[in-house]
Amino acid sequence: MGKLERIAAQQDRAAGRGLSRRGFVSAAVGSSFLFGFARESKAAQTYPLGAPLPPPEFEPNIWCSVAPDGTINVNIIRAEMGQHIGTALARIIADEMEADWDKVKITYVDTDPKWGLMITGGSWSVWMTWDVFRQAGAAARTILVEEGAKLLGIPASACHARNGKVTGGSYSISFGDIVAKAKPTRSFTADQMKSLPLKPASERRLIGKPVKSLDIPSKTNGTAIYGIDAKIDGMVYGRPKMPPTRYGSKVVSVDDSEAKKVPGYIRYITLDDPSETVPGWIVVLAKTYPAAIRATDLLKVEWAAGKTAKVSEKQIQDRGRELIAKSDVGTMIFNDKGVDEAFKGAHRVLEQEYTCASVMHYQLEPMNAIAQLKNGTWEVHCGNQWQTLFLPVIAKALGVPEANVKMVSYLLGGGFGRRLNGDYAVPAALASKAIGGKPVKLILTRSDDMQFDSIRSPSVQKVRVALDEKNTIVGFEHHATAGWPTEVMAGAFMEKGVDGKPYDQFAIAGADSWYDFGTMRVRAISNDLAKETFRPGWLRSVSAGWTPWAQECFIDELAHDLGKDPVAFRLALLNGEGPEGRNKGKAPDSNGGALRQAAVVKRLAEKAGWGTSLPKDTGLGMATTFGQERGMPTWTAGAVQVHVDRATGVVTCQKIWLVLDAGTIVDPDGALAQTEGGALWGLSMALCEGSEIEDGVCRDRNLDTYTPLRMPDVPEMDIEFVDSTEKPMGLGEPGVTTIGAAIGNAIFNAVGIRLRHMPVRPEDVLAALKAKGAA
Amino acid sequence: MIKFKLNGRDVSLDVPEDTPLLWAIRDDLGLTGTKFGCGVGQCGACTVHVGGRATRSCVTPVSAIEGADVTTIEGLDPEGRHPLQDAWQEIQVPQCGYCQSGQIMQAASLLRDYPDPTDEDIDGVMGGSLCRCMTYIRIRKAIKEAAAAMKSARTEGDSSNG
Repeated sequence: MGKLERIAAQQDRAAGRGLSRRGFVSAAVGSSFLFGFARESKAAQTYPLGAPLPPPEFEPNIWCSVAPDGTINVNIIRAEMGQHIGTALARIIADEMEADWDKVKITYVDTDPKWGLMITGGSWSVWMTWDVFRQAGAAARTILVEEGAKLLGIPASACHARNGKVTGGSYSISFGDIVAKAKPTRSFTADQMKSLPLKPASERRLIGKPVKSLDIPSKTNGTAIYGIDAKIDGMVYGRPKMPPTRYGSKVVSVDDSEAKKVPGYIRYITLDDPSETVPGWIVVLAKTYPAAIRATDLLKVEWAAGKTAKVSEKQIQDRGRELIAKSDVGTMIFNDKGVDEAFKGAHRVLEQEYTCASVMHYQLEPMNAIAQLKNGTWEVHCGNQWQTLFLPVIAKALGVPEANVKMVSYLLGGGFGRRLNGDYAVPAALASKAIGGKPVKLILTRSDDMQFDSIRSPSVQKVRVALDEKNTIVGFEHHATAGWPTEVMAGAFMEKGVDGKPYDQFAIAGADSWYDFGTMRVRAISNDLAKETFRPGWLRSVSAGWTPWAQECFIDELAHDLGKDPVAFRLALLNGEGPEGRNKGKAPDSNGGALRQAAVVKRLAEKAGWGTSLPKDTGLGMATTFGQERGMPTWTAGAVQVHVDRATGVVTCQKIWLVLDAGTIVDPDGALAQTEGGALWGLSMALCEGSEIEDGVCRDRNLDTYTPLRMPDVPEMDIEFVDSTEKPMGLGEPGVTTIGAAIGNAIFNAVGIRLRHMPVRPEDVLAALKAKGAA
Repeated sequence: MIKFKLNGRDVSLDVPEDTPLLWAIRDDLGLTGTKFGCGVGQCGACTVHVGGRATRSCVTPVSAIEGADVTTIEGLDPEGRHPLQDAWQEIQVPQCGYCQSGQIMQAASLLRDYPDPTDEDIDGVMGGSLCRCMTYIRIRKAIKEAAAAMKSARTEGDSSNG
């Protein structure tokens, strides 16, 4: 069973339903469920809401349809949050179909069981849709060629599709005319679907070619509609009043005598939440949002606080250290035979600890949702990244069957993983329920949004290496502990380690590297205190945004310790071998294995001028990763040039180089944009961000103290993609992954100090310089 | 009753005087291109023009704009074809797009003061506008492209007049 099927099956099992009923995309792609009926479509939900319904169309499958006027609609089940995913996916289907791109439109659909798994994250969208959409496009093309050939009176074998037309000899007919005249009804069996010929890479006409993203024009003139822009007649506004702890707080008393003085104040609602998503929350309702803000401020609430009311980040990190020191906790992702012997018999053992602070999402659109009961269905209007996970939570909170809940899709004013957690939909739904299902628009102020942000957990990592007498690496250990988002929010989604225990792949991926260390142990440990204190979140690049901080800094330290060049040292480890040859890679996802990672490292070294001398206190540092996941590798190499100001401790990044091999690049400019943004996220998290848990909640509540990267700090960037026809991997996050470690390594090369806590703050630089001077 | 001009039209509002202009524009006047980001004037997503000057609408009470000319992204150009909007599309600046109305309004103000901005000018003026997708290098590039387009339009205008 492939990974996607596994994910779907896990979710289906968790939800108590069978795979076939759920109609998961990949598993069901050849089934009659998707392709058995060529039919005229019913009214498709178009975007934005209220747009006119299209005329009857030919719908060869659920993913695309062709109208009599030739318009091709592509249904997008992924969230549009800046990655231009609708454009990239539509290009895949349109290319295989041989469509005229100018006639393609996209529809961001609402939830419906027929769509299967609705999730947008993990840099998965292109990778997980690639086969499905090519087959869907091929099905449409096959039918259109057959029907077009009949209309032309030419054998189908003598006809071909190109640019929205079917041509045979000197005759041709447009897709639209075929639909209007033939009203096609051809269907396929599962076996026929599988045997439909897909175009070879050499015949691609849209994939890999420049394109203007379909979502961009509306984002330049104010017409783009995000969740926060949705409006329903008669709606009232809500703002949550949040308890002192994320869990375990109970409302003791509420006094709204002052709140009542705010014109427009309606009432407060103490939420009763069977889903336990928002325990101890109160929602204040008002006729306007400014009134809701003021009344919430004036509402006096006494809570009995949960037990984590005094927990600090330091306590969480100390708990992480305690856990790492215990050998009997956590889950083994790799635990190679002989690793203990390697360490026991080692000539030398080196080890280091690396830590990362909490990181906040600060997606620019604060959390919000509208909920209402309409014709017996609970509608929840919001931008969301994981509807399949949160629709059942909303249903549970409301005490209704899942079939009675619909999530309506909007553009997302930033996702970055925050909207994988749909917790914000629950208080909107419960507030609406309390007033008889009337529409409630709940908006969190920025302070509300940050207080209970589903942060990237702080983490502690320990890495160890065993060397023999020739200084050859014979064993390697990587232990990582953090709050596990998947454990908290999507337990059934966790993977199993080699020891059979469950683990959160998003809290260890990146440590399970493609280096050949002889023997390797990789262990993931859930930090229980983190889990009790806050709701750990998925944040752009998830663990691959912080595990390389340990592994890639440590590899660099090791290279320097052994007097080896860090690039050459890595290349020797990226030999495509490893225990049982596991680093050779496997088609189609990791075809070529670690040697492809070695190739991007080599290319990076050439581009960045590795080895050339630089001005004083200036250094070049590099790191390499395989993007998000070992099983879906985007081979990535990054370098940065930094200058360190010895007087102030300020580190300035002057330039970033990145070389990535993500297989086939579907939308080149979209790929570049994602990588630019990802790299700057990496830089921002390395130098500008980092928060702390203080008294059980997030310390930072706005931009006065939380300071993501701004325009003046943007370095020059040089990004290159390897030309490839391999299966496309993901690009939403890999740009992030190398930058932190590259910064750490560059600082060492500039001024000779090693910093092992991220973010790197000027005071840490000064302290390290002082310590070095004293040594 | 507070009266002002919004995108050239006379509007009047019966709302509390301390209502932030942002919410008046979005909820009372129905123009949602202006965005709520930080609520304290530090992210720039809510930027509009008041009397031609870039203004953070989330911290501007409606009482302060009595009689003023307010322009939002919807009114920057009647066709949505301000040179900045063209450049934004040409260079494919927006990702999630949520900050971009504010970025464009801030940039329009920048180009009024600095028709041929240097990198330092851009940093100085645009540094207050957060883009969480980090589209900064494209914002910079698009501002320069728009500045060049506006300059060449001015030059053409001069020569045809003269």
